[in-house]
Amino acid sequence: MLPSYLTMAAILFCIGLYGALVKRNAVIVLLSIELMLNAVNLNLVAFSKYGVVPSLTGQVFALFTITVAAAEAAVGVAVLIALFRARGTVNVDEFDEMRR
Amino acid sequence: MFNIDFNGEFAAFFIFSAIMIIGAVLMVSLQKVVHMVISMAGVFLGLAGMFVLLDAEFVAFVQVLIYAGAVSILMIFGIMMTNHQAAKADPVKPLHETLAAIAALCLFGILFYAIRMTDFPDAQPMPAILDNTSGIGELLYTGYVVPFELLSVLLTVAFIGAIAIAKKGADQ
Repeated sequence: MLPSYLTMAAILFCIGLYGALVKRNAVIVLLSIELMLNAVNLNLVAFSKYGVVPSLTGQVFALFTITVAAAEAAVGVAVLIALFRARGTVNVDEFDEMRR
Repeated sequence: MFNIDFNGEFAAFFIFSAIMIIGAVLMVSLQKVVHMVISMAGVFLGLAGMFVLLDAEFVAFVQVLIYAGAVSILMIFGIMMTNHQAAKADPVKPLHETLAAIAALCLFGILFYAIRMTDFPDAQPMPAILDNTSGIGELLYTGYVVPFELLSVLLTVAFIGAIAIAKKGADQ
């Protein structure tokens, strides 16, 4: 079953990557990044059951990842709200000062 | 090639993966942002079901609480605080979208090839753990106590920082 879980995680990761590259709304870009982090969690938990040495360590790592992802989502949404107050938009195409 | 035996776990895996793939594809293809977040909540719930399949009950319930609960609501807050009314169609960039799709498909192809080519050795039998939650708790407070405390500090700092950032512009 391990290759099935890994393939599933790869599919989720690639959909998240596509969403993060294509979507214009910055909130949806954040959500796509969450999807990619979730795919990694699936890998960790799958290896904690089907790896060569099964143990709970993979699940503990998944918990750590979930914590960091929650912090990232909170800070990301706060930054987006501040950006929206300053610029009146959350369209990622319009945040291009560094490019000019 | 796939050597999958069709048992109950495979059926449940199939159902959950169908839910997750449908939700994720809807997330990238729907038009309204609120609908995208709702379909994403479906993906998170499907992933929680998959964690239950993998004997990780505690992680599954944390997934439901944090992702399907907190992160989805946070994203809906973010949409409501910003311009959710902007339903105007974005100017499409066909070249950009095609390149992104090609990049994602290439990455998937590489990953799929690597997964298929790898010879995974058979797992040793899982050491008998009476209770998933108590096992994780013991591990967190013995072997991983330093990362655990560091993560607590990180989470506190991140939330205080988020409040400070979001509040700064509000009192002008």
